[in-house]
Amino acid sequence: MGIFDYFKSKSEPTSASVAKDRLQIIVAHERSRRTQPDYLEQMQQEIIAVIRKYVQIESDDVQIQLENTDDCSVLELNVTIPEKN
Amino acid sequence: MAKIIVVTSGKGGVGKTTSSAAIGTGLALKGHKTVIIDFDVGLRNLDLIMGCERRVVYDFVNVINKEATLTQALIKDKRTKDLFILPASQTRDKDALTAEGVEAVLEELSKEFDYIVCDSPAGIEKGAQMALYFADVAIVTTNPEVSSVRDSDRILGILQSKSRRAEQGLPPIEEHLLLTRYNPERVSEGEMLSVEDVEEILAIPLLGVIPESDAVLKASNQGTPVILDDQAEAGQAYSDAVDRLLGEQRPLRFTDVQKKGFFKRLLGG
Repeated sequence: MGIFDYFKSKSEPTSASVAKDRLQIIVAHERSRRTQPDYLEQMQQEIIAVIRKYVQIESDDVQIQLENTDDCSVLELNVTIPEKN
Repeated sequence: MAKIIVVTSGKGGVGKTTSSAAIGTGLALKGHKTVIIDFDVGLRNLDLIMGCERRVVYDFVNVINKEATLTQALIKDKRTKDLFILPASQTRDKDALTAEGVEAVLEELSKEFDYIVCDSPAGIEKGAQMALYFADVAIVTTNPEVSSVRDSDRILGILQSKSRRAEQGLPPIEEHLLLTRYNPERVSEGEMLSVEDVEEILAIPLLGVIPESDAVLKASNQGTPVILDDQAEAGQAYSDAVDRLLGEQRPLRFTDVQKKGFFKRLLGG
C-alpha cells in the first residue's frame, strides 16, 4: 500500500473477499444437499413432472427440504405457481 | 500395520503428484519405510516427478492382475533410503483398478511398510475413489482459488461418506489441509484467498502452506522431489508439513510478505 493508494476509493471490496463470500454460500448450499437422503433429488424431479401436467413451471419453482428434529422429520415443499397472464 | 495416506484434491493441476512425491520422500528421510503409489491409471506421472520413468517394468495393474509380483513392480528410489514407488499402468481400461485388487495389494504392502502414500488422480471417478477408499489419513491439496476450494469441499464429503472407514462405521479419516501455490504478495493485495480464508471455509486442520515457487518446476524438470531442495522455500515448507504430519509442532513460514524498503512502501508497488 503506497501513498497514492490512499487517494483511491476504499468502498470496493477486494476480489479475494468476493471469492470468500461466494465460496461460503456455495459450500454451505452443497453441504446441506450432501446430508439429504438420495431419494430427495429424484422425488423433486417427479413432483415437478406431476405439476407440469397441469401448470407450466420451471425446475427451480419447486423447493424441497427435509428437516430433522429430535423426534420427527419434516418434509417441506414449496411450489411457486406463475401468475395467470 | 502401515498408515495409508491419500493425497487428493478433486481438481487437477493443484499439486497432488508434487506433494505425494515430496511428502513420501520426507517420510522416508525421517527413517520411515515408505511406498508411493500412483493411482492415475492411464496418465502415469509420478515416475517422471520421482525421476524413475526409465526404470518402470511392471506396474500397479500388473500386480493386481497377478501378471507380476509386488517385488518385481516396486521401484527402489536411488536417492532416498527406505523409499519405493509403485507406478500406475498406462492402460486405457478404466476398470483396471478393482476394490478387491487394490485391497490385496495394500494389505501386502502394509506388512512391509510404515507409510503408504496414495497419489490420487483428479476428479471423483473410480481411480480417485479407489485412492481414498482405504485411507487412514487424507491430505487435501488445495490452491487458494475458488474452483479448487469448492472441489476440495466436495472431496471432503466423499471422504466422510464413501470411504471404507465411513462405510464400516470406523473412526473417520484424519483430514489435513495442504495449501499449495500460495502467494503472500497477492494475498496482501487482496487478490488471493488467505490461509485463514481457506481454513475457515473448509474447516479442517492445516498441515502446511507451500509458497508458489520456481523451485517446483525446476524440481519436476529434473525429476527430483522438491523437498530435497533444502535451499528452496517450497522444499522447506514441505519438510515442515512432514514434521507436522508426524506430530511435531512447526511454526508457519513463508506466508507473510517480505518487508519492502521505505521508499518502495512510500511509492507503492
